[in-house]
Amino acid sequence: MSPTEQFLLFSAFKIVGVIAILMPMIAYSVVAERRISAFIQDRIGPNRVGPFGLLQPLADGIKFILKEDFTPAHVRKAYFWLAPAITMVPAFLTIAVIPFGSMIGEQKMVIADLNVGILYTFGIVSLGVYGIVLAGYASNSKYPFLGGIRSSAQMISYEIAMGLSVIPVFLMVGDLNLTKVVEYQSGGAWLIFQQPISFFIFLVAAFAETNRLPFDMPESETELVGGYHTEYSSMKFALFFLGEYANMIAASAMMVTLFLGGWSLPFFGLDHAAGSVGVGILHILIFLGKVGFFLVGFIWVRWMWPRFRYDQLMHLGWERLLPAGLVNIFLYSVWLWLRS
Amino acid sequence: MIVKRPPLNFWERLYIPAVVNGFLVTKKHFFSKKVTMQYPEEKWTVPPDYRGAPYLVKDEEGRTKCVSCQLCEFVCPPKAIRITPPGPTVNPAVGNVEKLPLEFEINMLRCIFCGFCQEVCPEEAIFLQRDYSLTGESREEMIYNKEKLLELGGVRPDTIKKWQHKAEEAAAQEGKH
Repeated sequence: MSPTEQFLLFSAFKIVGVIAILMPMIAYSVVAERRISAFIQDRIGPNRVGPFGLLQPLADGIKFILKEDFTPAHVRKAYFWLAPAITMVPAFLTIAVIPFGSMIGEQKMVIADLNVGILYTFGIVSLGVYGIVLAGYASNSKYPFLGGIRSSAQMISYEIAMGLSVIPVFLMVGDLNLTKVVEYQSGGAWLIFQQPISFFIFLVAAFAETNRLPFDMPESETELVGGYHTEYSSMKFALFFLGEYANMIAASAMMVTLFLGGWSLPFFGLDHAAGSVGVGILHILIFLGKVGFFLVGFIWVRWMWPRFRYDQLMHLGWERLLPAGLVNIFLYSVWLWLRS
Repeated sequence: MIVKRPPLNFWERLYIPAVVNGFLVTKKHFFSKKVTMQYPEEKWTVPPDYRGAPYLVKDEEGRTKCVSCQLCEFVCPPKAIRITPPGPTVNPAVGNVEKLPLEFEINMLRCIFCGFCQEVCPEEAIFLQRDYSLTGESREEMIYNKEKLLELGGVRPDTIKKWQHKAEEAAAQEGKH
């Protein structure tokens, strides 16, 4: 086989593998959300379908597919159909550049080893807003419209803070390639300890970008009756729902890669690229474990804190996180300059 | 009324104490005992005077108390009760000396559990009892007939002791003559 054919073949394998893991992860993060929320509220949660309710996603899926896919008469049909699809896609595209493992055999465990990894990610993430804005606009009804407006303002604001927060990371690593970022950290020098302010800003911005509480302005069940997806039903609604969880997974994976050392652990010799298949798989499991940790964090926060008011959200984004990010870059650059 | 809005102090503005407290509260609830009742497996016990489904009762000697006067049928707001009156003739063996219902049906799909039948019954023969969850696979199955109602109703001791009084009265009459 020629190198090109080999590349295509292995890339196809990796894509199928990632999708095969990502889809159940999305489904089960929904179950986790429901069970954890139930436990926090002194309830038990779904436990009827299968052992411990583990087949619940299957039942939910069947329900979503069998429900009537209703399109209200007053919507703008083309955009109305387009919006749910656009919501799902950016999350998947983001996953493509994330190194989810070290090596298995000769293959790097990343779908696309881009040398502009993080720039690509930010480009894709900024597309994420279109799904929600289009849904709000296409629904042609007041609550979704308000949700769409809020979403556009919120996501654009926090993207800036997010972008500023990662600059010190790349000043330190000296490369935009995410594989290099992980390799830099793999010795145990996790960037969360070296760049805590960056991590904090990125974390807050990630909550805002994924529209999770305490920043779920576009959805706001209590004020906007569901916000941008009020008019959606059936599988189109499910796509928004799954898109939210896919975004959470993508954001978690991003944080793990940038700040928590990706697939590496600083002990048991797991800190360098795997020599055998077993260690390679172990690295993937470590990565998934770290992502799972963040997912539980996302879910827990949702049931812990009330929603910010809209002006508070804007205040926090523009008047706190943005200056903090700038100061962080400045101070860190000065420190690097003095050290050199 | 004027709601006072005192400015937040430094710690409140910092948000971190609120975060920690929020986590502690949710953690406590996460591990605490759950209040959910696993319904079909676990059921709550209803109080003894609960007004559930109406059933016919027997007295302590196993006699059907209903005398098919049809007052409950008339009073029933949703017309759930249907009585076919001329019952089997008096059976001295069990002491039923008044007329019995030939058939007594309650359509549990129509019944609204209002208790008028219990209230109106001069013989204290029908009572709203403790069943609240009646299920069936067809409409026919939900029409409870006399046998079923008597079986479900069980025995309710008769405080009036009507037949005993009747017998005593009769004996006293006999003695006089």
